[in-house]
Amino acid sequence: MIDFINFHLIPGLVLGSIYALGAIGVTLTFGILRFANFAHGEIMTLGAYLTLTMMWLTGWHPLILLPVTMVILSLIVIGMDQAFFKPFRNSPAVTVVIASFGLMLMIRSVTQFSWGAQLQAFVPGIQRPNVFFDALRISPKHILIVISAMVLMLVVHWVLAHTRIGKAMRAMSDSPELARLTGINTELVIKATWILGACMAAAAGVFLAYDSHVSTMMGFQILLPTFAAAIVGGIGRPYGAMAGGLLIGVTEELSSYAWLGDGPLLEPGYKAGVSFAIMIGVLIWRPSGLFRGRVF
Amino acid sequence: MAILELENIHGGYGQTEILHDISMRVEPGEIVVIIGPNGAGKSTAMKSVFGLLNLTSGRILLDDVDITNTPPEKVVRQGVCYVPQTGNIFPNLSVHENLEMGAYVRQDDFSGRLDEIYELFPPLVEKRNLPAGTLSGGQRQMVAMGKALMLDPKILLLDEPSAGLSPKYRGEIFKVVRDINEAGTPILMVEQNAKQALGIADRAYILVDGKNRLDDTGKNLLANKEVAEMFLGGGKTEVKKPAVRKARGTPKT
Amino acid sequence: MDQLYGYSLYGLSLLTFGGIYAMLALGLNIQLGFTGLFNAGIAGFFVVGAYVSAILSTAPSERHIGGFDWPIPFSLVAAMVVSALIGWAVARICMRLRADYLAIATLGIAEILRLIFKNETDLTNGARGVSYIPKPYESLAQPWNHVMMTVVVLAIVAVLYFMLERARKSPWGRVMAAIRENEDSARAAGKNVDRLRVQAFVVGSAMMGLGGGMMAHHLKFIDPNAADPTTATFLVFVMLIVGGSGNNKGAIVGALLMWTIWSATEIFTSMLPGDLAIRSAYIRVFLIGLMLQIMLQKFPQGLFPEKRLETGSSG
Repeated sequence: MIDFINFHLIPGLVLGSIYALGAIGVTLTFGILRFANFAHGEIMTLGAYLTLTMMWLTGWHPLILLPVTMVILSLIVIGMDQAFFKPFRNSPAVTVVIASFGLMLMIRSVTQFSWGAQLQAFVPGIQRPNVFFDALRISPKHILIVISAMVLMLVVHWVLAHTRIGKAMRAMSDSPELARLTGINTELVIKATWILGACMAAAAGVFLAYDSHVSTMMGFQILLPTFAAAIVGGIGRPYGAMAGGLLIGVTEELSSYAWLGDGPLLEPGYKAGVSFAIMIGVLIWRPSGLFRGRVF
Repeated sequence: MAILELENIHGGYGQTEILHDISMRVEPGEIVVIIGPNGAGKSTAMKSVFGLLNLTSGRILLDDVDITNTPPEKVVRQGVCYVPQTGNIFPNLSVHENLEMGAYVRQDDFSGRLDEIYELFPPLVEKRNLPAGTLSGGQRQMVAMGKALMLDPKILLLDEPSAGLSPKYRGEIFKVVRDINEAGTPILMVEQNAKQALGIADRAYILVDGKNRLDDTGKNLLANKEVAEMFLGGGKTEVKKPAVRKARGTPKT
Repeated sequence: MDQLYGYSLYGLSLLTFGGIYAMLALGLNIQLGFTGLFNAGIAGFFVVGAYVSAILSTAPSERHIGGFDWPIPFSLVAAMVVSALIGWAVARICMRLRADYLAIATLGIAEILRLIFKNETDLTNGARGVSYIPKPYESLAQPWNHVMMTVVVLAIVAVLYFMLERARKSPWGRVMAAIRENEDSARAAGKNVDRLRVQAFVVGSAMMGLGGGMMAHHLKFIDPNAADPTTATFLVFVMLIVGGSGNNKGAIVGALLMWTIWSATEIFTSMLPGDLAIRSAYIRVFLIGLMLQIMLQKFPQGLFPEKRLETGSSG
């Protein structure tokens, strides 16, 4: 039982928090700009490398540098929007998605060119977990990641529910046409969307790197579970994305627990397939997402 | 001096011309109604004020300022509010948030205005925290109008506010329209329910095939024989006229 | 003279690889260009075709299931059939989804297929891949073996091209175009839109499977890395967009042209010294992405704009 918590449930929560943060950006972009952004994974990767570079320069802790990363990444992402997405505001979704393929390749090659393709780590060596009650082993970094992620999700909630721009974002997600008739500055809302998405992507990238390592493919590798989290939660719905992220992360980790007999239920090599299977199931049976009813 | 004036406008969506030389005006304090058969260009004429179509000639004046082909987000800031026939609320935002969005372009404190709106639409008070999409049709119309009124506009444009409502709610909506007007807001309104609309209208325009056909006071038009034949079904309640089909791709008016 | 011979061989290689990519681009064209179906999982259908044809045509081996020593034409047909079947299953599930969902779902399917080929070591020899795959005319003397391979590939491309052009101009193709232009009116005209879309998706998937099979025979080796989305999916998108989505000739020219650029830049970057050579390799991917952006923004029609047929009438 204690193995279950130590090696499956806690890693699942950590991974789930990371997916949830990534999925917030995906789902906001989808709700407001109406396309699936395939470059979102690379945006997360970029956040991790920016933090790594600042760590080299300052020697500070990645979580202390995270706010700086968020600011820089937001600026970069807004620049990308202006150059690579703004020309397609009135284009069909297919064109914008293909454009996001192009951007994905460009960001990835820039990170590979700048930082090299080899794995790197925020903190060299292995951290010893804290042991609670003789058996419960939780490493401090896991506690930090989960708590920070929860705090960030509360911030997202606060922005969407209580600020003028957050409400305008939800309004535009509901109906872009009416938002325009209401006098909402849609380009400003789009900027805010990119900023919020980029901040959460920075956090997702940094937490993922903090939990394991930094690599140029890390973001693309979690792109599918991130999309899955957004779809499971009902695309365009940030709270659904948070719940979907946690659900997918925990399920992925629990899938390799020895539920029946001694061996893992599912070979760990197929872990990545779990999120996909859940996503397909949701797409077939509940395309509007698992959580109907109140949205946002 | 007219609040709003359309001078000989021609235009439509893209290349298709729908409005062929339409003129109308709204004086301060008036309720002006546009009626006409389906496809006559009623809604299109209204949308032209809001910069939603491409005008090829003619002018639109708001308080003597030319606003021809100004995009909607700017027209709002000039003090014109438009309530479309459908999709006129944000369904996932609460009633209160919908009203706040109505005041989006206001930089000042609008809490006083919020209270006034709730006074005008008492049923909304207890639903203020519910998603607007869960309300009944009539109450949604109230949210939509309340949202538009948050700006205290110079003129309010209403596109078939009674469409799809039960007769009971329909009467209520017409009463609300009159209340809004009595509180000082001029109204330009497109309506299918010609009889009721003419009943509250100061003046009305009848459009047919994208052209002005008749204009007069509401009372005179109600008494007009041609109007009675066209819309009032010989004194009974209104009868739907067969649709006048326009070129394919023309949005519903 | 030796130099000229070397260049000629290189030219043949460009034509062979470019021709195989043309099969993928034609397959994507029938899905995306003709029908508006967004398949972001080209790599998946490609790698299935490659493995099926490889396992069926190799000599019996300890390392993976089979081989079954089938003649190459039969194994290629099998590759197409299996890819088509997977395409059919995907299409049945995902056809009603909007474009971006289909893209996400197909990207996921490609990833699952890659995982299967990587993890099912008993069947596929896992990450070490399948080797000793036979190649058409490999027993011929240099350079005729290369020449014949190129001829085979280009002949297949030519056959596909003529078949697709006929299909495009047929009533079937017209209905396809009508669906893409205005789905609602096609439905209203009584067309079974979903079934036609499934057909287009299946045909496209089969062509991607064929491309995968040809690649396996050409390289004589296949491993799960062949499902790398950068080279197997996104490069194909760039080829089709550059050539002109909706135009078969564009798909072929785009494939040959982009493969030549992709390959020639590799020669250039490999001449750079040491670390710079490795890093410059990434710049190639950057240029591919940038090219996609420029084409979409400035020349969305591609080199060969789609020839619009009169739609709406017949069917």
